[in-house]
Amino acid sequence: MRTLMLAGALASALLCGTALTEAAGAADIKNGGSMIVTYKDDVATLDPAIGYDWQNWSMIKALFDGLMDYEPGTTTLRPNLAESYEMSADGMTYTFKLRPGVKFHNGRALTAEDIKYSIERTVNPATQSPGAGFFGSIKGFEAATAGDGSLSGITVVDPRTVRIELSRPDATFLHVMAINFSFAVPKEEVEKSGADFGKQPVGTGAFKLAEWVLGQRVVFERNPDYFEQGLPHLDQITFEIGQEPTVALLRLERGEVDVLGDGIPPARFLEVRGNAKNKGLIAEGGQLHTGYVTMNVTMEPFDDVRVRRAVNMAINKDRIVRIINGRAVPATQPLPPTMPGYAKDYKGYGFDQNKAKALLAEAGFPDGFDTEILANNTDPNPRIVQAIQQDLAAVGIRAAVKTLAQANVIAAGGEQQGAPMIWSGGMAWIADFPDPSNFYGPILGCAGAVPGGWNWSWYCNKDLDAKAAAADAMVDPAKKEERTAAWRDIYLRIMEDAPWAPVFNEQRFTMHSARMGGPDAIFVDPVHIPVNYEQVYATDVQ
Amino acid sequence: MAGYLARRVVQAVLILLGVTFITFILLYLLPADPARQIAGRSATAATVQSIRQQLGLDLPLWQQYLRYLGNLAQGDMGRSYIQRTEVASLVWSRLPATLLLMAGAIVCELAIGLGAGILAAVRRGRPTDTAIMVASFLGVSAPQFVVGILLLYVFAVQLGWFPIGGYGTFAHLVLPSLTLGILGGGWYSRMARSSMVDVLRQDYIRTARAKGAGSSRIVLIHALRNAVLPLIAMIGLDIGIFMSGAVVVESVFGWPGIGQLTWQAIQQVDIPVIMGVTLTAAVFIVLGNLLADLIAPLADPRIKLR
Repeated sequence: MRTLMLAGALASALLCGTALTEAAGAADIKNGGSMIVTYKDDVATLDPAIGYDWQNWSMIKALFDGLMDYEPGTTTLRPNLAESYEMSADGMTYTFKLRPGVKFHNGRALTAEDIKYSIERTVNPATQSPGAGFFGSIKGFEAATAGDGSLSGITVVDPRTVRIELSRPDATFLHVMAINFSFAVPKEEVEKSGADFGKQPVGTGAFKLAEWVLGQRVVFERNPDYFEQGLPHLDQITFEIGQEPTVALLRLERGEVDVLGDGIPPARFLEVRGNAKNKGLIAEGGQLHTGYVTMNVTMEPFDDVRVRRAVNMAINKDRIVRIINGRAVPATQPLPPTMPGYAKDYKGYGFDQNKAKALLAEAGFPDGFDTEILANNTDPNPRIVQAIQQDLAAVGIRAAVKTLAQANVIAAGGEQQGAPMIWSGGMAWIADFPDPSNFYGPILGCAGAVPGGWNWSWYCNKDLDAKAAAADAMVDPAKKEERTAAWRDIYLRIMEDAPWAPVFNEQRFTMHSARMGGPDAIFVDPVHIPVNYEQVYATDVQ
Repeated sequence: MAGYLARRVVQAVLILLGVTFITFILLYLLPADPARQIAGRSATAATVQSIRQQLGLDLPLWQQYLRYLGNLAQGDMGRSYIQRTEVASLVWSRLPATLLLMAGAIVCELAIGLGAGILAAVRRGRPTDTAIMVASFLGVSAPQFVVGILLLYVFAVQLGWFPIGGYGTFAHLVLPSLTLGILGGGWYSRMARSSMVDVLRQDYIRTARAKGAGSSRIVLIHALRNAVLPLIAMIGLDIGIFMSGAVVVESVFGWPGIGQLTWQAIQQVDIPVIMGVTLTAAVFIVLGNLLADLIAPLADPRIKLR
């Protein structure tokens, strides 16, 4: 389970200036052609209410649409299935007017009922959606999750208008309307396919499913009725499954495949990147990702803030970045640099082993102590955690490394006495949407510090929780700056308490064949990893 | 014969029951909570509880096990937690590829192993014998990944004779079968050699020689039939091994077999799939052994089935 929750997809507020719609929609791009993308693992479900890993997240985006979306290649929100929307002055009611002429792949027109049905379906416990919690601010959520999923807060005003009332102001609400869990599905198809809807997906997206041979390939073909003129550019995308990344790279070099879904194999990264003939074939972009070490603040000796700060100072982040071939930048705080609210002027704890030793001595551990650090057992996490272990040993902290399957690490983190330290790599670390609040709730807030929760530091600061709620209540667009500043302060306060040692922020690299065209930003599109399937085009049909 | 088969079927059912029981207990003991995994990081405790209930994970172990067996008896192996699809269809979709690779690999193992083993036995004590035995030793000890990548690099990338991985045509089958054949052939050749050496010392071979039979006739007609006997049992074992164990070769060549599915399921702790593939592999191990036992009397009529 490389990804179950890491997913989220999403990433950076890429600082790419130009909106790609202009570039991609330009008249000189001819539509047609096809693309082959390779993946090592099977594609899990393509049901938007359920799919939640980095592989199916962007595939679902190609098949389905939500009320909101992002400008291609950026994290700028824009209406999508909605033609327009209005927010009430108190920020408690949103009214969406649907775009006319949108059709599902089965030919039926999309109506407001479909929007209501789709969100209610995700919230309904019978669907077993990992995304139900995202809709917590919609009125009637508690009753819906306890019952049949009917949300009193959603009203169909007329076939083209849907009104959503919230129980509290929520500045992230429009982002939630852009995540996969809110995407529109046709009720009749869901009922027809039952539990297999994820293998027979029907949406309104730019592509529709043409073929799925389990364990071998998934084929998408152009949706000729797609509502956005001129899109998608490609006629067909084939996802070939079961391809080892090393072998996939050989095939790409021979021109047999177009995109390495799993990325460049780590062992060959430097060589491939350094090869002049690959110039222009590798796109680089930031991700909304932070890799961190959690310290269980309810367990000795991590209940002492001096010990946690010492750990922060003991880790040589530059060396760890080198271990992963420079595919990241050292992190100073929970938020990644491309997220609004990131404190550019904050330098973090800095690598200083002498100071770390002094702090440990002050905390009563002049000879260090013994502890345990858990990590996911997939590459490169064992190598990273060994480097951390060595750094900790240098200041006297003797940490036994335990590498386990991801599910076992998650289970241990969710028990209060389960794990003193965890290296987060491979789990729960990429933001679901580009808003600073998304790094707080489940992984640093009190709500996540419960048995089975994802706040593995068990850090719960009621004061910060109140501040976070207040920041999320600032829905007035005019208060955007103020809200961002509030979040910035929250994360700086967290760093004072140091429940985490942030280690690095990952960079995304996508390698593609010479026959695929499009601006770099769509190959490392923050919301479509590894590629924005709608926007990419084939140069051999030009 | 009918009595023998009936006894074996009863034994097989008991073995398979044992396999489901042990696997079930082991997976139950794992410190991973499937409901929590499915529910995701923003789920409320109520949602997790609801999922646990829907999956029957809140029942006592023995009830969960009986429920599993009840469903299994109706051909229902459950649904994958990750892929949310029937385990049976996941396994069925992988079976043809696995069976094909198994057949290809066994043919290669036999061709390489028998050929090399016979040659070594005939040239016993000479440099050819030593060379073959060293080669088989290297064969059995080489990492699958290295041999696979090496074959792929030479025959697919450099020479371009075969496709670089994939599935569908005969050309796709050659390199993965050859990889498994080279690796497994080492065991076969050692076994074939010692068995052949034994047989070549028998009186009836001496008699045949005395009657003036040519050496190729002696080896291929008189000796081979007796020398293959231990190999039949090995093939039976291989059927079980390939059903669960060709993970690395399947990954290198992008071969969509059960091995890949198993590896993914283990990494994701997808319990219904792990149960499903374990059971399938067990079925094939039992079948492989049964088949070997049934075929042995055909090669050697002195063996009686009781």
